[in-house]
Amino acid sequence: MSKKVFEGLKIIDFGWAIAGPLTLKYLADYGATVVCIESSQRPDLLRTATPYKDEIPGVDRAGYFAYFAANKYSITLNLNKPEGLEIARSLISWADVVADSHRPGVMERWKLGYEDIVKIKPDILMIRNSNQGLTGPAATHPGLGNHINGLAGIVNCVGWPEQEPISLMVAYSDYLVPHFAAAALIGALDYRRKTGKGQLLDISQFEVGLQLLSPAIVNYTCNGTEEKAKGNSCDFAAPHGVFKCKGDDRWCTISIFDDTGWQSFCNATGNTEWIAIPEFSTLANRKTNEATLNNLIGQWTKDRTPEEVMKILQQAGVAAGVVQNAKDLYNDIQLKERECFWVAGHKELGNFSYLGQPSRLSKNKAELFRVAPCLGEHTEYICHELLGIPEEQFDKYLLDGVFE
Amino acid sequence: MESGKTILGSCRVLDLTDDRGFLCGKILADLGADVIKIEKPGGDLVRNRGPFYHEIPDPEKSLYWFAYNLNKRGITLNIEDKRGREIFGKLVRTADFIIESFDPGYMDKLDLSYLKLSKVNPRIIMTSITPYGQTGPYKQYKASDIDVMAMGGLLYITGNPGEPPLRISLPQSFLLASAHAAAASMIAYYYRETSGEGQYVDVSAQECVLWEIANALPLWELNNNILRRAGSYMSGRWTGTKQRLLWKCKNGYVLFYILGGAFGVKTNRAIVKWMEEEHIAPEYLKNFNWDAFDMAAQTQEMQDEIEVHIGNLFHLFTKEEAYEQALKRGIMLCPVNTSKDITENAQLKDRQFWVDINHPELSTSIRYPGAFAKLSETPICIKRRAPLIGEHDFEIYQNELGLSSSELENLQRTGVI
Repeated sequence: MSKKVFEGLKIIDFGWAIAGPLTLKYLADYGATVVCIESSQRPDLLRTATPYKDEIPGVDRAGYFAYFAANKYSITLNLNKPEGLEIARSLISWADVVADSHRPGVMERWKLGYEDIVKIKPDILMIRNSNQGLTGPAATHPGLGNHINGLAGIVNCVGWPEQEPISLMVAYSDYLVPHFAAAALIGALDYRRKTGKGQLLDISQFEVGLQLLSPAIVNYTCNGTEEKAKGNSCDFAAPHGVFKCKGDDRWCTISIFDDTGWQSFCNATGNTEWIAIPEFSTLANRKTNEATLNNLIGQWTKDRTPEEVMKILQQAGVAAGVVQNAKDLYNDIQLKERECFWVAGHKELGNFSYLGQPSRLSKNKAELFRVAPCLGEHTEYICHELLGIPEEQFDKYLLDGVFE
Repeated sequence: MESGKTILGSCRVLDLTDDRGFLCGKILADLGADVIKIEKPGGDLVRNRGPFYHEIPDPEKSLYWFAYNLNKRGITLNIEDKRGREIFGKLVRTADFIIESFDPGYMDKLDLSYLKLSKVNPRIIMTSITPYGQTGPYKQYKASDIDVMAMGGLLYITGNPGEPPLRISLPQSFLLASAHAAAASMIAYYYRETSGEGQYVDVSAQECVLWEIANALPLWELNNNILRRAGSYMSGRWTGTKQRLLWKCKNGYVLFYILGGAFGVKTNRAIVKWMEEEHIAPEYLKNFNWDAFDMAAQTQEMQDEIEVHIGNLFHLFTKEEAYEQALKRGIMLCPVNTSKDITENAQLKDRQFWVDINHPELSTSIRYPGAFAKLSETPICIKRRAPLIGEHDFEIYQNELGLSSSELENLQRTGVI
């Protein structure tokens, strides 16, 4: 009943790290054939990051890489050898989509820029994810998502009032790109199918990041007002924040946007007398006396687990949550019920949870078709089955270090 | 709408969302779709959310509303009214996508479930955006941005150790969900264009936040290690050590961190060279063998020692100067930009990123962030400001659906539109 939307679609990925490969996860999880071009001389950054299975380093033991790389194939190619480049060009002829997320200039060095590959395949669709786009004075500036978090103004919005900002530990902007890039890529694929025309998609992580701060930027362009970090407070809600709970580093969130919500909160927590406190009776009053209010609520939460708080408040229809850590997420009953993680055995990692897709389509199921590839796992398969390279030729390439 | 040079030029989207879903329709509009924002008579409540134009609270001046409803048309319609639903049914016949962000069950209660609407138009794609999705034990749980950020795991790893977890001050989780919803809707669209069948798309914001927490989950699963808040440091990534990310400079902050292996060599060498030129490089760094530098062998003591010197270097410069040097020297470093810095950024100017959209009612034009991508064959075009309340009622109901003036008047009088 479930059909693979992208069955038969062929994609080769010169990309690495997060933004580029994660864009193609959208296609791979719905059935496209995605071939990652890797190199054992410069393995993907995520293959050299923790965690490793049993804490023993190894490119095929890296959980960070595998977590995002289900459903893909891996070929290793030395693109600095002419034979390696020749195989890459054959793969471009084979493919519908060429993806890249290197620093602009790297593909050009291999003569694999858009202008070059159009000559190999005129209707090719090329998607290039980069930090700051393919053009402009900063196009070739190197960096990672953590740097772009600052450039795009996100870090400036994290912190406590009147204190220095706190950088996000995660490469936040990297994980934004895939949603936008996939929407454009899938649209461009449909356009290509209808018109026969390929095109170049130039995606700047900086420019994507700004889409998530639009109101703040427009506030500056209209009013000259600069966004300031506000801790966990919200201009139109109180209480709104994180509260200490019972246990080591256990916290809950509570967010109440109107007076009805406040009354429900007081009733649900058995603090009905708080309803009558004039300092808290309206949203405006609660905002004015927010510190006192938060203190009072903290007194109520501190002897309860965050799970208890969430349950009590949700039963009364009040928005609340558990500040979940990785272990909590792993055991989260909602995520389990929705089969959010795809669990499967991997020859190096053992039983492992791969990240799934955050939505469910009623007619097409995203699913685990194959576990994350080991480095170069499909080199032989791709050369033989997809490109028809004869065995003697393949062996010669192997000896010449073409697949390193 | 003209078609041919945009991806969704022949498509119509009915956008019933609130702030949980605005961005989804905005993305589809940017790809060329005719997106009709449907508000309840009197206007969406989110119009009362600031910031406001010239800081004057007014439902027609919400910059929050403006920013995420750009490129859409707008009508008012009460879908809780029976006649309102009849009109909605007529619109569904003309549409390709419906996006909504009501609590699960609301559309069913109004007899507007996907099952029902797909009978009206089997090609319709219906996308729902909610905190936890349409199924599972938490499906009816209430959640605003901070609650979803908590349940999705990003909150726990953001902030200083020993302090409460911290959110990004501007709501993000439903923007993540909306952007994902646009991509997921496009998957459904791709399928429809080959099969002729529409379908239902159920988006969970919690699961979208999960995409943002890097290696936290495998770190737990493989090493029983819980990724914790590390303030302005990176931790749990290459070694047991942590690396400083945020650095103070003369007038603000920059982001920089030491990376090992081949990837870090160029930046690390360039930093030391820069120190040398400023006459503050210690001897041991001048002769440091960066080629052999391995983060896995790095002790916290060595890391802290190097970072003292880096801190001293950045102290000598403003963030603009430091970034200028980084651009020149190929150092992986970026400034912590404010909105002002962003609007003045040379790269964005060079790429003609900004769009100025006319707001005749305000006798001004407003500068907005531009296209999220540059598409060579089907460029994104941002051409109209966000709609006023009921701005296209007449255009759509009378000109396009063919309702008579008296019908329209009647609907207006009875509060359906």
